[in-house]
Amino acid sequence: MVSFTLPKNSRVREGKVWPKPEGATRLKEFRIYRFDPETGENPRLDTYFVDLDDCGPMVLNALIWIKDNIDSTLTFRRSCREGICGSCSMNINGENTLACIRSIEEFDEPVRIHPLPHMEVVKDLVPDLTLFYAQHRLIEPWLKTDTPEPEREWLQSKEDRAKLDGLYECILCACCSTSCPSYWWNQERFLGPAALLQAWRWIADSRDEAIDERLDQLDDPFRLYRCHTIMNCTRVCPKGLNPARAIAKIKRTLTNRKA
Amino acid sequence: MPRREQQPCFRPLSPHLQIYRPNLTMVMSILHRITGAVLYFATFAGVWWLMGLASGPKYFAYVDAMFRSWPGLIMLFAIMYQLFHHAFGGIRHLIWDADYCFSVRAAERMGLISLGLSIFSTLAIWFLGVMT
Repeated sequence: MVSFTLPKNSRVREGKVWPKPEGATRLKEFRIYRFDPETGENPRLDTYFVDLDDCGPMVLNALIWIKDNIDSTLTFRRSCREGICGSCSMNINGENTLACIRSIEEFDEPVRIHPLPHMEVVKDLVPDLTLFYAQHRLIEPWLKTDTPEPEREWLQSKEDRAKLDGLYECILCACCSTSCPSYWWNQERFLGPAALLQAWRWIADSRDEAIDERLDQLDDPFRLYRCHTIMNCTRVCPKGLNPARAIAKIKRTLTNRKA
Repeated sequence: MPRREQQPCFRPLSPHLQIYRPNLTMVMSILHRITGAVLYFATFAGVWWLMGLASGPKYFAYVDAMFRSWPGLIMLFAIMYQLFHHAFGGIRHLIWDADYCFSVRAAERMGLISLGLSIFSTLAIWFLGVMT
């Protein structure tokens, strides 16, 4: 449902200003969304000052620096620190991105960090991605075939394999889906750009033999057609993929199938 | 949403519109929706004019005078802009549906062009209207 405001218990309050590190000359101000499930109080925006001379170059470095030096309760997901695991997706200065591959210098001060938009927050910068993963499960992201399995691998021409470039690289960080206003308003019914990009990845696969079945599953006013080409997904994808285009290709394939 | 009530403990909804940085394609999308909705109501003005036409010269003169009054003219100007905005926006969507202009750069350029064409077309028609 469309709701332009946040529920009362989700409204963000002004939070604590943490002390500046002593003896630091180059400071940068960060305002970070905090929510503590144990108190259940409204979320708040805490202010931290990071000593840039003591901290690595990326926004993720700054978060880890804060956790190590100022406030060990600050909670966020991270793993690979090189843009391949998709764990540290969050909203930095109004746009979704991966904290590990964006340098602190890129962002104006104060750097405002929020969890991925319009998601249920488990703690601080950690959103609940259960529904997001269920949507990926729904499009059945595996090879489906009727012909008997070959003795060795399923073969594919180089040209057919090239059709999967720009599709298979998705790391499921959820930056795209949670940047999409359509997904904000209808995430129970609209699959969202990430799941739809993967749906197209399997429809476009020359080895897959369940294309009709896959298309049938998507031919729905909400699952697919809530996409209105707002393009936020393509703007934010940290891997440079184009979910908006993949969705348009599904729509086109469906139209051509009917004709 | 029932999903939220099933949670064992309370989970707030993270901020969305409040914090998201607006961009051209996002704004054009919501304007397309708004102009579409306004045009729905604008058809009533057109129907009223046709009704005036069908009701005879006396009532038509009244309707016509309403449209020619300052508030009427401002309304017509606004409707015409919205009509162009929505029409060029529709063409933009047709281009997308044909699988063109999906890079962010091309999409932005297309947004600016459709915005420019809407403003130009509206002003051009009103200029011609005043001249003749």
